[in-house]
Amino acid sequence: MNTTYLPSDFLPIIVQFVLAAAFIVVTMIVTHRIGPIRKSKKKDDPFECGIEVVGDARTPISVKYFLVAILFVLFDVEVIFMYPWAVNFKKLGMLGFVEMVLFMTLLLAGFYYIIRKGVLKWEE
Amino acid sequence: MYATLIIFLLMVPGFVVVGVYLERKISAFIQDRMGPMEVGKWGLLQLIADLLKLLQKEDIVPKAADKWLFLGAPFVIFAAVFAAYAVLPLAPGLSGSGAAVGVFYLLTIVSVDVIGILMAGWGSNNKYALFGAMRSGAQIISYEIPLGLSILCVVMLNQTLDLQAISFQQGIYSPEPVYLFGLKDLGVDVTQMGGFLSWNIVRNPFLFLAYIVFFIASLAECNRAPFDLPEGESELVGGFHTEYSGMRYALLMLSEYGMMLLVSLLGAILFLGSWNTPLPNIGPLRLADWTSGEPGTWLGYLTGAFWLLTKALLAVLVQMWVRWTLPRLRVDQLMFLGWKVLTPVGLVLFFVSGVWRLLGV
Repeated sequence: MNTTYLPSDFLPIIVQFVLAAAFIVVTMIVTHRIGPIRKSKKKDDPFECGIEVVGDARTPISVKYFLVAILFVLFDVEVIFMYPWAVNFKKLGMLGFVEMVLFMTLLLAGFYYIIRKGVLKWEE
Repeated sequence: MYATLIIFLLMVPGFVVVGVYLERKISAFIQDRMGPMEVGKWGLLQLIADLLKLLQKEDIVPKAADKWLFLGAPFVIFAAVFAAYAVLPLAPGLSGSGAAVGVFYLLTIVSVDVIGILMAGWGSNNKYALFGAMRSGAQIISYEIPLGLSILCVVMLNQTLDLQAISFQQGIYSPEPVYLFGLKDLGVDVTQMGGFLSWNIVRNPFLFLAYIVFFIASLAECNRAPFDLPEGESELVGGFHTEYSGMRYALLMLSEYGMMLLVSLLGAILFLGSWNTPLPNIGPLRLADWTSGEPGTWLGYLTGAFWLLTKALLAVLVQMWVRWTLPRLRVDQLMFLGWKVLTPVGLVLFFVSGVWRLLGV
């Protein structure tokens, strides 16, 4: 088992990225070599079930998606913060746990506010 | 070290071949059909034929599309899913990267997947693709919170983010003594017994509930049914990959199956004892010793990989079973489940796990 951690531990991750990229590049080259290339007006249109394309796809989208994204940023940052704490959970003991519960209570007050505000109501 | 990367490089496409065949046969079994039967015996070569066909197809880029975003999206999605395998251990002493931040890295990589999906949806300049990508983005980021919380419960128990170290703690090769249910006061030392008794879900019984939360959230992360509404064909054609064709479409499918295997492996590593055998030593019956080799030996590699892959494949089978059993959720139901059920449940589990851990030490 690994007991000391070195920067070189990250090398395999880079190797894996390179392998993935190489795989895609090779398959793409092969598929472009043996695949046909035929252009036509109808074929290059966006797919809309065979009828005439109406307008542009870049239309406004429901603001709910944006709100969910903002909420995600808040909650995910909070979860990410909790990881270093969880790793040292045993060392921090009871005091660390109480502190984290306090922090979570504050955060959950915000969560309650969000729910009461109706941010997560999708029916409207 | 690099041997593991090579193994994963071969295993991921290999799994896709097996996985797609299995999925088609299982769906056929559940729906009382035959499934693929034409190509090869019992249709075994069906997927090879499909891949060859996809390879010969034209790579179409719609004129309205944002070309670079459109072409780059499968790159990002595939590379993200594939690179995640770098930190997974396969057997004792056999893991790609020994980075101390394995779990962190995996959570990050899962998020990169969302960027690829949004690139695909926006770049396609197609209404279905855009709606699919938006739904997919909202879904994946919503379910990442319960996913993160359930993994947090494990990290609290194991005190490390290194997946190989987490694996070692769950069996007879554990560097520290393992107590039954993680409670020292019970006084039952199960380090020598090993087996399922030292798995994380037994060391803290609440982790079984956490595993269920993890499983549901991971289904949503893979865009698998019943959370496949980003690509719900009855309303959105193909979702974010409506405009993709040929090999680029195949790459997206490859990523989806790669993701299924990834989350199943992760679930097995974090909750179900990783590469440790499920059989405990009972008195003179040394079942755990017989079914697992010493770390660093060939027998150790083989038995370790066997147990880990068996557990992961069982989880994959459950994923497929769920897909062909449950109907698709509606968007509002999906958000309700993610934010108002799984997130509070995850928080409660997080709290209970903390209390349990404090009782244990």
